[in-house]
Amino acid sequence: MSDTVSNSFFESSKGWKSWLFTLDHKRIGIMYLFSIMVAFGLGGFFALLLRLELLSPAQFFLTAKQYNQVFTLHGAVMVFLFIIPSIPASLGNFFLPIQLGAKDVAFPKLNLLSWYIYIFGALFSIFSMVNGAVDTGWTFYTPYSSTTDTSVILMTLSAFILGFSSILTGVNFMATVHKLRAPGMTWFRMPLFSWGIYATAVIQVLATPVLALTLLLLVAERVIGIGIFDPSLGGDPVLFQHFFWFYSHPAVYIMILPAMAIMSELVTTFCKRNIFGYTFIAYSSISIAVISFLVWGHHMFVSGQSEFVSMLFSLLTFLVAIPSAIKVFNWITTMYQGSISLKVPFLYFLSFIFLFSIGGFTGVVLGTLSLDVHLHDTYFVVSHFHYVMMGGTVIAFLGGLHYWWPKMFGRMYNEFWARISAVLIFLGFNITFFPQFIMGAKGMPRRYYSYLLEYHPFHVASTIGSWFLGIGFIIMLVYLIHSLRFGRRSPANPWGGITLEWQTTSPPPLENFLKDPVVDNDPYDYEKVEIDESGKRCN
Amino acid sequence: MEQKTESLVQKGSFWYPEAASDVAATTDILFYVILWSSVFLFVAIVATTLYFAFKYRRGQHNLKATGQLIHNLPLELSWTIIPLVLLMFVFYWGFKDYLNLVIPPANATEIRVVGKKWFWAFEYPKEGVKSVGEIVVPVNKPVKFIMTSDDVLHSFYLPNFRTKKDAVPNHYSRIYIEPNRTGVFQIFCTEYCGDGHSKMEAILRVVSQEEYEEFLVSSSSDNDMPLSELGAKLYTKNACNTCHSIDGSRVVGPTWKGLYGKVRKMTDGRDVEADDNYLHRSIVEPHAEIVEGYPAVMPSYSGLLNDRQIAAIIEYIKTLKD
Repeated sequence: MSDTVSNSFFESSKGWKSWLFTLDHKRIGIMYLFSIMVAFGLGGFFALLLRLELLSPAQFFLTAKQYNQVFTLHGAVMVFLFIIPSIPASLGNFFLPIQLGAKDVAFPKLNLLSWYIYIFGALFSIFSMVNGAVDTGWTFYTPYSSTTDTSVILMTLSAFILGFSSILTGVNFMATVHKLRAPGMTWFRMPLFSWGIYATAVIQVLATPVLALTLLLLVAERVIGIGIFDPSLGGDPVLFQHFFWFYSHPAVYIMILPAMAIMSELVTTFCKRNIFGYTFIAYSSISIAVISFLVWGHHMFVSGQSEFVSMLFSLLTFLVAIPSAIKVFNWITTMYQGSISLKVPFLYFLSFIFLFSIGGFTGVVLGTLSLDVHLHDTYFVVSHFHYVMMGGTVIAFLGGLHYWWPKMFGRMYNEFWARISAVLIFLGFNITFFPQFIMGAKGMPRRYYSYLLEYHPFHVASTIGSWFLGIGFIIMLVYLIHSLRFGRRSPANPWGGITLEWQTTSPPPLENFLKDPVVDNDPYDYEKVEIDESGKRCN
Repeated sequence: MEQKTESLVQKGSFWYPEAASDVAATTDILFYVILWSSVFLFVAIVATTLYFAFKYRRGQHNLKATGQLIHNLPLELSWTIIPLVLLMFVFYWGFKDYLNLVIPPANATEIRVVGKKWFWAFEYPKEGVKSVGEIVVPVNKPVKFIMTSDDVLHSFYLPNFRTKKDAVPNHYSRIYIEPNRTGVFQIFCTEYCGDGHSKMEAILRVVSQEEYEEFLVSSSSDNDMPLSELGAKLYTKNACNTCHSIDGSRVVGPTWKGLYGKVRKMTDGRDVEADDNYLHRSIVEPHAEIVEGYPAVMPSYSGLLNDRQIAAIIEYIKTLKD
């Protein structure tokens, strides 16, 4: 056993400098993890404020302007500071190189730089919040955004800076996948998490520059009044929406593809099953990445774009639904004849199937031209994207976090409390967002500070649900922090996984593997490969 | 917000508000088709998942998976092709309904709509009738709204007619309805437009042909109502109440309570008394003088109110003493 005893990457060096100047992808991943959790906490706090204000159909404790600022900040923080970097920059950073059998990402210094850029952008956005927080909605639609007196410039610059962090991470991951795979790891022996992160990186690199340019044009519009978007200067406000969604729709897939990628890992490990339809899942990630660039106009069916264009975007939107549906069918079929362990990460897997399916079906409703005209900009849309973004991405992120937590920190969390928290989050989520489908279909517009009394019961239910969610997350925070110090020590392979990260110690050593891995099997070939608790191959 | 109609939640189905046009009722059919097929498929997906999770849960007999099925072409083809066919069917149906929903018949009556922060202004071009916040249309006749905006984006939403469209500055967009019943229906603004967004509502009153003609005649003739009473009516009808309270509370703009005759500081440093001339100026040229501490967001009512109506509002303000 002596050859498996080694210092983990935590022990290889100590002190604050060993973190702030680290080039180790694992430490950078953990720094990202910490940062995005803070952002999630902040965004969640704004969400609870919003829901609390909406307990009353008229004014409760915020003014209309404050309410508008809070919903804008909730959206902007959750989208730009949390969900876009979430899975790729934290779990991706930590596990992509290990899954590929590499020592680090292709450009470790660039990796650290992208974290610093992220922090710089985040500070910028916090600075903007205390200096007349924006009230435009996270979409910054012109001409409202070019005329309001809040700090639009600071917030857009922050999103602009964060975009660079995203681009650099994407470039880094693409290079890593192309160049640093271990001997024997062909493209089609890559774990599906790595495939998903790769597809995401492609979108990050191709789409984010468009957002950067759009935001710069918006800043130019405000500062020197060039008249691209502002109709009072002869500009076209709808053009801004085209530019904005050309990035922001693919960005939705930046958010969901890594989540789907985690799902493939969870289902194989907790069912001890080879994945059903590996190549189909891998290719569907790539096809989603491509088609996602061609559907942006479905955000604009009532904006005044032509009926013909709307027809095309509706058609393409239906096409992008197919690969997502196929993935769900593949995961479920993978459970067939498996040996299923219902540990916490798998509870999140089940939760994802439930919530993401609802998100998907309501997406079909919204992609349908005649129905979207009525539902556009109502709570139906709000609920739909929360089912996809939170029910999908956040739930999968939590699944991945619980799956890899023992590997990252070498400690197990308390299974009992983790189950309680998972159930609370699942219930709280549905209580919060399901009533929003009904009130949305009944005409309740989004971004409303006050509302008609007849919508009151739906809002009350939704607010109560948000408290369940809040409690669920607080419990999670407590048991996760508790586990860092008091948790049972985790073996190298607590779940019986067979991808490469389970074949090294928990936490991994600085160089990831004591012996360079050589790959001679498909990633989920449970028939051929068995890895014991200590991370050794038994056959 | 004040409840003026019960056509959204109370009347209507579990999911949808009361449908007030034939086109709306037809559009709803597809919603229910998708809803129930989704419920069916969703139950099938969740039931299969739970069944597998239960049946294949780890126990002594299956510490390893008992089978490693990784490929089944007929299965994979069927769950690719069947959803594709279903979705193309839904797409086509939705597109067909969409054309019925957005393309107005040739004989539709035209009404002009302007969205401003934060009210909807209407004008019947043939009759020269203007109104704010409330619109009257005849039943069983197609009506076409030609819309634009004076400032930022707004969106004109008629939930009972399943239709909405953005009002964009420097651009005319159109929307049409053909009500099949009389009644009072809600209009919302659904494109976020600032502090008064959720109060930017209006009422659509669908009446019989005779009542409609009466309305047109009475609106264009002079009103004999006493001025201050007319002012009180105009206060809500023209959405003054969105930004100005009459009970002393602060909304977006200054309250009207005790306003008349008061001397207040303007942003340019001058002290100005709120007399008749000042109030008149504030209505037709609201940005000429801005009271310190308030945002300069009020649109001009010049052209929307005639001289008598402006006088009526001033007289009404005079009645609101501290």
